[in-house]
Amino acid sequence: MEPILEVKDLSVYYGVIQALKGISFHVNKGEIVALIGANGAGKTTTLHTLSGLIGADGGEIKYKGKELTKIANHKIVGLGMAQVPEGRRVFAEMTVLQNLKMGAYTRSDKSEMEATLSDIYKRFPRLEERKMQLAGTLSGGEQQMLAMGRALMSHPDLILMDEPSMGLSPIFVNEIFKIIEDVNRDGVTVLLVEQNAKKALSIANRAYVLETGKIAKEGDAKELLNDESIRKAYLGE
Amino acid sequence: MSFLTYLINGLSLGSIYAIIALGYTMVYGIAKMLNFAHGDFIMVGCYIIFSVSSALSGNSAVGIIVAIILCTILGVTTEFVAYRPLRGAASPLAVLITAIGVSYLLENIALLIYGADIKSFSSVIKWEGVSFADGQLKIQGVTIVTIVVSIVILIALQLFINKTKQGQAMLAASEDKGAATLMGINVNRTIALTFAIGSALAAIAGALLCSAYPSLSPYTGAMPGIKAFVAAVLGGIGSIPGAMIGGLVLGIVEILSKTYISSQLSDAIVFGILVIVLLVKPTGILGKVVQEKV
Repeated sequence: MEPILEVKDLSVYYGVIQALKGISFHVNKGEIVALIGANGAGKTTTLHTLSGLIGADGGEIKYKGKELTKIANHKIVGLGMAQVPEGRRVFAEMTVLQNLKMGAYTRSDKSEMEATLSDIYKRFPRLEERKMQLAGTLSGGEQQMLAMGRALMSHPDLILMDEPSMGLSPIFVNEIFKIIEDVNRDGVTVLLVEQNAKKALSIANRAYVLETGKIAKEGDAKELLNDESIRKAYLGE
Repeated sequence: MSFLTYLINGLSLGSIYAIIALGYTMVYGIAKMLNFAHGDFIMVGCYIIFSVSSALSGNSAVGIIVAIILCTILGVTTEFVAYRPLRGAASPLAVLITAIGVSYLLENIALLIYGADIKSFSSVIKWEGVSFADGQLKIQGVTIVTIVVSIVILIALQLFINKTKQGQAMLAASEDKGAATLMGINVNRTIALTFAIGSALAAIAGALLCSAYPSLSPYTGAMPGIKAFVAAVLGGIGSIPGAMIGGLVLGIVEILSKTYISSQLSDAIVFGILVIVLLVKPTGILGKVVQEKV
């Protein structure tokens, strides 16, 4: 299997505090890879650094062989890597349809864009029903769907998802995880950051455990799910 | 009949405030900063029209076009040189103080070049205007042109923001720069574009302002700039229709209070209204209450 994303010795500082202490991991094409860990372990920092919202202070991020730390951050989505940010961050004052179109900002292939849009409506029928509604008026779960749909509009090969289940009701959580599996089955590689470790490990192929800015453990997701220390620390058993 | 005349004059002055306020509010919406030098861009625009028109023996059309182009360049350059390096500074006051600095800089450059004496500006609108009801109601050409221009600008801006990709990117970046970057929007370029539009509008406002009130000094832009800022806050800062409404309200109140109450007190009344509106509705007339959803 070939890696679509390879991160080597990535380090990030917030002032004098080192948030990422030289982490290395990779994501193979077609996988779902979970990045789990407690609050403040550096999960969101990792994703933000991958997307260039935070500058790396050391290390490499290779996406499809290209070094991302040297590319202007707004150009990254055009290379095929999209992010569903933590807390959804939909454009509340814009309609659902306008949000989706923003997701396709870097695309210029109009007819194929329409096809992507109708695929997304098929995946999220609720978004089509509410396409003229302001995104800020949607429920949390619907906003999560919109954030996912918006990221998918760029037609990504790799999608980074930051805490997609945060603050959602159990029914929505199940639905969101099912959608992540569907999206992956349709050929999109997924890097999933989650506090809900049990759910994340149950759909992932492989996983990394992040502890205070370092990779503490890595391996097959099913094995980690049965790992004694993981069960104690992250699954609450 | 005279009341109607005053009302129309108020509408016209308000239209000028509105065009200036649009620049304030758009820049605030996206860069989250108050460009206190915005009023001085108007003054720069007026001097450019003044110089070009006198060099071309009264051809003000060329003057206006040159002023729009140079003010656009001035706005983008100011943003790039003075404001962009301070974006993300520890305190938002840094950029505010810089904006005040740019304002004084522009005023003093104008003072150096043109001196402190007031230049008389010949109106760029030569049309006399129209009379109704046997000359009892007379509307000046500049009044009509000002109102029409402001309506055209408002419609054009709304179309730009709602119908074009760049306009939508502007809206997205004003809400969430990080998320906009994730969409592939070049936020810095979008902010520069906003400054370009705001500064071009300042040049147009300058042409209209100096045509209606034909005296030009290095401080010509200062007071209208502050009043347009008040208009933007009154309407709800960040809101484009809000800037329009705020500007019109301000212009009408100013003219009517000058006419019926006291010309000395009119500014006090204008600013008093701002205080009252902000006490009752701190977000302004069309300002939105930001709701955080968990």
